[in-house]
Amino acid sequence: MGGMDDNLHRLFSALKARGLTPAQEQKFQAELDAGGRHDTTHPPAGADTRPAGPHDPLARAEWSLYRYTDPDQLLDLAPARPSYEVCLRSIDELLERDRLREKDGFPRKIRVGRLIKPGRGTRGKVVVVPTTVEEKFVHDTSFKESLEEGQTGGTGEGEEGEIIGERPVRPEGGEGSGAGEGQSGPHELESNAYDLGKILTEQFQLPNLKNKGKKRSLTRYTYELTDKNRGFGQLLDKKATLRRILETNLTLGRISDVSDIDPSQFLIGPGDKVYRILSREKDFESQAMVFFLRDYSASMAGKPTELVVAQHVLIYAWLLYQYEGQVESRFILHDTDATEVEDFYTYYNSRVAGGTKVASAFRLVNEIVEKEDLVRDYNIYVFHGTDGDDWDTEGDESIPVIEQMLTYVNRVGITIAQQGSGTDGTEVEKYLKKSGLLEKRQDLLRLDILGEDTDETRLIEGIRRLISEEPIKV
Amino acid sequence: MELIDQHTKSIMEGCKRRAQDAGLRFQDETLEYIVTNRDLLELAPKVMIPTLYDYWVHDVEVLREKGKYELYPHNPYETVINTRPAISFYNDNNPDWLNVMIFYHVLAHVDFFQNNLFFKHTWEYDFAGQALSDKRIIARLRAEKGRWVDYIIEFARGVDNLVGYHSELSQMSRPFDTGLSSQVNYYFDVFLQTEKRVKINTYVQEIERYNRCLASDHRQGEKTFFAVVDKKYPEFKAVYGKYLAERRVPPRDLMQFLLKNSPFLNKGQNKWMQAVIEVVRNTSLFFQPQIRTKIMNEGWASYWHETLFLQDDRIKGHEVDFARVNSAVTAMPRVGMNPYAMGMRLFYYIEELGNKGKHSIAFRQIRDAHQRKTFDLGTGDGRQFIFKLRENLNDFLFINAFLDQDFMNRHNLFVVGRRMNQERMVWEYYVKSRKVEDYRKMLLDSLYHPPHIVIDPQKSETNGTLYLDHRFEEKPLVKDYIANTMLGIEFLWGSPVQLETSEIESIEPVKKDGDSNGAEPGSDELDIKWRRVRYTMKDKKLTRENL
Repeated sequence: MGGMDDNLHRLFSALKARGLTPAQEQKFQAELDAGGRHDTTHPPAGADTRPAGPHDPLARAEWSLYRYTDPDQLLDLAPARPSYEVCLRSIDELLERDRLREKDGFPRKIRVGRLIKPGRGTRGKVVVVPTTVEEKFVHDTSFKESLEEGQTGGTGEGEEGEIIGERPVRPEGGEGSGAGEGQSGPHELESNAYDLGKILTEQFQLPNLKNKGKKRSLTRYTYELTDKNRGFGQLLDKKATLRRILETNLTLGRISDVSDIDPSQFLIGPGDKVYRILSREKDFESQAMVFFLRDYSASMAGKPTELVVAQHVLIYAWLLYQYEGQVESRFILHDTDATEVEDFYTYYNSRVAGGTKVASAFRLVNEIVEKEDLVRDYNIYVFHGTDGDDWDTEGDESIPVIEQMLTYVNRVGITIAQQGSGTDGTEVEKYLKKSGLLEKRQDLLRLDILGEDTDETRLIEGIRRLISEEPIKV
Repeated sequence: MELIDQHTKSIMEGCKRRAQDAGLRFQDETLEYIVTNRDLLELAPKVMIPTLYDYWVHDVEVLREKGKYELYPHNPYETVINTRPAISFYNDNNPDWLNVMIFYHVLAHVDFFQNNLFFKHTWEYDFAGQALSDKRIIARLRAEKGRWVDYIIEFARGVDNLVGYHSELSQMSRPFDTGLSSQVNYYFDVFLQTEKRVKINTYVQEIERYNRCLASDHRQGEKTFFAVVDKKYPEFKAVYGKYLAERRVPPRDLMQFLLKNSPFLNKGQNKWMQAVIEVVRNTSLFFQPQIRTKIMNEGWASYWHETLFLQDDRIKGHEVDFARVNSAVTAMPRVGMNPYAMGMRLFYYIEELGNKGKHSIAFRQIRDAHQRKTFDLGTGDGRQFIFKLRENLNDFLFINAFLDQDFMNRHNLFVVGRRMNQERMVWEYYVKSRKVEDYRKMLLDSLYHPPHIVIDPQKSETNGTLYLDHRFEEKPLVKDYIANTMLGIEFLWGSPVQLETSEIESIEPVKKDGDSNGAEPGSDELDIKWRRVRYTMKDKKLTRENL
């Protein structure tokens, strides 16, 4: 790590020498100072992610006193949840109910649920939990929790002010946020991303792709009556047969006057009959390669990462449905350097650290595409998530690589998950707008800016902006 | 679901006898069922009432990321159900000694349900039976009206945390007759105060005059009194007559108000909706006392399962097993708030004080620490005293009255603070305070407390708009939920609905004088600026304005 830190500091000094605004300098310095490393902090899938047992003094620190219940305490009965099959059966009914709601003039109520729980190596596996909210007038105490300290009771030794324990700010276990109780047993509905894509397309009326471009022949065949065969077959080709009979009779010299032919006098050989016959035809299909790029620099800690990854899961699911499963995905993480990671798990769980150079990720994609000659066989999609910070403040490096990318992609979607109120816009936003690419190439390049308070509906709306083929006002 | 076997039932009956000998009072019949996980699937969303009405949301996972327990009454997950006979649920593989412990716990809950005055409105009927007939009504309506029944359930549930539980209770506990005529009541309670808005001294003078009239002539006094009233307010007779004609009991909550006054719900073709709303309201009312007595109820049950188990002659040889299970249930966590542990210790503590006669003025006047410690009148009526508490108190009163510094010291209690360590990205938990004032405040703040929202009749008058006033308690509402909740109320009311509430305008740590760095992060003091706002739901569109 020492070497990398040195590099970062050198880069930082060089940037400073070129001139930075005080705000930028402060921001970059903060990323530098944050330190840390990009390890995946979470236990591998399948590991026990339950909170530590009673020996952990903080195990119940966040428990409300109303969470203690008799079945739990006395009977060891965990709250039960409907099984996977039951949920799967009901989701169609629920969505149908939701459609009716809209017809009746009430807003929809079913959410597809927060859904990230990819295990290592299990691509395309996403957890869908159909959820809803029962709205009431209730007090919002969150404003106290965010600023003031959360409070609870304790017992035992310790002077006032003494620290008695700590736990990480980001809970371990890779639980998607909002998946209900979590931890308390098998309650998720495991569905595949394809189903989710279907839900997104149907339920939220995400657009279907109009032109997918058929590119690669696959080992998939259709059967058509395209081949001809003499002697036997499924369907007599009358025109071709008549032509053959004529040829035969001409050769035999049975036709003296072509202007006066008597068909009843034809001699017909068995080989004269021409049939159409079923034959195997190679099919050409469209398929897609999606690159997911994520900024995992130090500034991405918390909400921005969550938003970006949640949106990427949804996009992935939607593409999977659009391409009928023919989607391959690649995952790239970047800070000042970019690196490709093997699976979504690593992509999702890698911890943030380091500085930011957006260009590095795009450059890596360009390299991969060229090296593997992906353009020939794939429709290529690139989705990039960032908080908008970039040490390359003017986009001197980013804009050229993006332009290069636009020569071969079907779509580039950039999501900026903004932190704070940031009225003047982030670096990435500014240089993209300045470059004019968003207007000139809006068929290929889209930008979506998310606020901190983004909810699921907004995320899905964002996807619409990123992928729709309709022109969008910039 | 099946009943427990005869052997286990005989253990239960033995527990009942011993519990009754110890002074617990409950109806003798109870029902005990074995439940499987599959049964729990169906029971849990129906608040453990097998006969509760069907509703599609029961089949979906409900997100409660915001104010999970604020959303009550729809998530209690309990073993004992307050019905007649009381129902309780068990898993089927418990050893006998463990069943003995659990049965005592359950019986103490039943005793609490059937004696604590905050449950008074649930004593008169069997909720499970009521629920079954309600379920049938709703099923029948659903057959006729289809999904519109579910909309009504949804909208009614949207306001079912605002039920007037306390006014319902107060109505029940009121003496039936004050001996005053309705005319007198109207004159003093409504006419003078609301119609005439007289000054206090005028009001008091009138009361004195009334008393004088009555004193001079017990029979005709009232007539004499009103003769003067008629002269002073010639319109009184007419106003009173009108009042009598359209007399309505003031509604106890928003739901009841809607039932009585909503033009929409009172249209002939919409009358059926009233039945649905009534069901939702009654269900909510039924569950209200449970969450308001969590600490007491669990403390009471834990106190008795421990006390009775240790005296039980049937469990010899299982003391160690019991100790392990019992400590898991009733140990005070190093960090956290366990209602079983807290409630049980408070009951023991209060009993001990009672035995020494410390619930007395004589004791309270002693300031000397040593004298306080050694004070003992040997009155021995602690047990009797805690029985009184289980009858008359709820969590708020219990904590507020009996949690004191001596108790804190004895059990080494403290308030735990949590602050973020930015550098290491961890939450640090630390001992924040050992003062009883802080601890009590922390505990009281964590008790269930739905927003107090009342109907403002004055502001409601114009063009049929319903005006709701959220009383300011330094707590804003969850904004995301406002729109849909108000949409539901607008539907049930049939006209626009307005809600006045308070929101945070700005929030920052208080800067302390002379401290150039401002407040340290994690400082308690927050300078919150509040702003009054008004939401209007009209034609399913929500607008918001600052006041």
